[in-house]
Amino acid sequence: MYSQGLIGADGQTHEDAAFLAAFQARIDAEQKIEPNDPMPEGYRKTLVRQISQHAHSEIIGMQPEGNWISRAPSLRRKAALLAKVQDEGGHGLYLYSAAETLGVSREEMTEQLLSGAAKYSSIFNYPALTWADIGAIGWLVDGAAIMNQIVLCRCSYGPYARAMIRICKEESFHQRQGYEIMIALCNGSKEQKELAQDALNRFWWPSLMMFGPPEGDSVHSNQSMIWKIKRFSNDDLRDKFINASVPQAEKLGLTIPDSDLKWNEAKQGYDHGEIDWDEFWRVVKGDGICNRERLKNRRRVDRDGAWVREAAMAHAQKRRARMASARIAAE
Amino acid sequence: MSEAAMPLWEVFIRARNGLSHKHAGSIHATDAEMALHAARDVYTRRGEGQSIWVVRSSDIVASDPVDKDMMFEPTASKIYRHPTFYEIPDDVGNM
Amino acid sequence: MSGTCETIMASNQTLFSYVLRLADDHLILSQRLGEWCGEAPTLEEDLALANIALDLIGQARALYAYAGQVEGKGRNEDQLAFMRYERDYQNLLITEQPNGDFAHTIVRQFFISAYMDPFWRRMESSKDEMLAAIAAKASKEVTYHLRHTSEWVIRLGDGTRESHERMVEALDDLMMFTGELFEMDAVAQEMLQSGVGVDASDLKAEWQHTVQTILQEATLELPKAGHMQTGGRTGRHSEHLGHILSELQYMQRSFPGLTW
Repeated sequence: MYSQGLIGADGQTHEDAAFLAAFQARIDAEQKIEPNDPMPEGYRKTLVRQISQHAHSEIIGMQPEGNWISRAPSLRRKAALLAKVQDEGGHGLYLYSAAETLGVSREEMTEQLLSGAAKYSSIFNYPALTWADIGAIGWLVDGAAIMNQIVLCRCSYGPYARAMIRICKEESFHQRQGYEIMIALCNGSKEQKELAQDALNRFWWPSLMMFGPPEGDSVHSNQSMIWKIKRFSNDDLRDKFINASVPQAEKLGLTIPDSDLKWNEAKQGYDHGEIDWDEFWRVVKGDGICNRERLKNRRRVDRDGAWVREAAMAHAQKRRARMASARIAAE
Repeated sequence: MSEAAMPLWEVFIRARNGLSHKHAGSIHATDAEMALHAARDVYTRRGEGQSIWVVRSSDIVASDPVDKDMMFEPTASKIYRHPTFYEIPDDVGNM
Repeated sequence: MSGTCETIMASNQTLFSYVLRLADDHLILSQRLGEWCGEAPTLEEDLALANIALDLIGQARALYAYAGQVEGKGRNEDQLAFMRYERDYQNLLITEQPNGDFAHTIVRQFFISAYMDPFWRRMESSKDEMLAAIAAKASKEVTYHLRHTSEWVIRLGDGTRESHERMVEALDDLMMFTGELFEMDAVAQEMLQSGVGVDASDLKAEWQHTVQTILQEATLELPKAGHMQTGGRTGRHSEHLGHILSELQYMQRSFPGLTW
């Protein structure tokens, strides 16, 4: 999903050739770039954009699943779901921190999200309608996210790579949590299995869109690839995801909603049907059913919490002042 | 208008007895006590913690990457500081 | 012989009732805290509130499982948590009160934690081994809840004028639900006498001391205790519980008898 963060990224940079060559030599030698290291402005900007959009996706992504915490069907599922949504908040936090090492504050990034200037992954503008959606989101959406994120653990920027390592470690339970829900549904009654199939039908195509549109042959000349911010093409990762998911769906006894899906012996992978990129762009640009609601919620949360943050800041200031005057009095 | 930034803190965690504190990440908090709480709630959710340090990010003094050669190159040639520099016959055994 | 048997039956029924009400307290409160997920004033606090909610769900699960075992009718934790009617829930009224603003949530949690902290500590020496074991785990958890909410009470009370006013309002709104914490009905009495339960009425002084110490640092005052509301332990609730249950029970009611 996070390759969506690179859509429209401005990799333009104005440093001289010697500087860029020295930087590229470090990248090619697989050295990690650290916060205070010299780096091209374009590299910094591209990273800020990608990491912050990745963070925003985690935060907005809390909404569709958070919507089911109060209605989870058992106490075990409730605890697991709450822990998972909490993790997403934590992952947003790790990622904001990684972006902050590049000289942008969390407050600035939040403002960009709330004003609509920054985007987040299109998948979270699809609603979670039934409990089975919680299964499908864990299985497919987290599955797709993990495909992307494992690669990002090797990203050239140190703080981002380290955040991704922590996130991948923690997320290993997310996909299993979702798939286990799907297993329970598929081993259950006829109506439970129908819920599972319906959720797969609705989440399959949006999950494929998470990898972003095909880049065609231009991908290897892509600046993000050269800087090793991105390491695989969108199509390569999407294919990997499909190849992993099809047998998982078969195990569940569910049908992938793509009549053109078939095994290609030559490429040792699946061919898939046409992805509706018009839908993708429509949702990215704000016309999904939940776009407005997701942002409005976030703005409300930000507004409602402002007095609390102000109070905590004011109290800290008072405390510092008191300590200072106590020190003066003691002298 | 942009909201005032809440101070940033670096979090160091001792995962087990006998290990040293290791950088885990950062958090935002208005003061030291809340920073400790936030560090605990964010970074020790999977039993990773025995002890936590929090340090205001602005209080950390870091070496400048520009000085990298001056700071760290000179030691590279002092190979006599490493055990493999010295030749001891094999039949002496482990030393 | 039959007389002894009946006594055991009766006390099992009482124990069931005693464990079940404790379970209900934790379930309903965790359900409320879960509503904060994704909505807290800072990301850090979002995680903190979820941690507290997860502790409470864990405590509720242990208690329901034990209640089911004591009852001996084969009801598991979920059947007890999800499949009862509104009047059968016996949670304290304060646990079901709405989240309101952050001040209300913090005061609610602070009041309850300041009560549960000594409660669980005493329960650790219960003659009932299972309750003692649950208490040993829970008392560590609730000590942190108390610490965390105390820090917030201090910051919000002694923060800005707005935060102070919001805290005063929250204290005023919730004060009338604190009397119920210390009530000792027949069930609680019997449990106390048999060395299983805790004397809740005896926790009042400690609770007041804890609460007043923190409020003083927060430049706040505990409102005068007026009429105290009661009814949770007999299933006479505020209107809020029904709405909580309609969400909590939605899946189990819509699809009865299925496994999830």
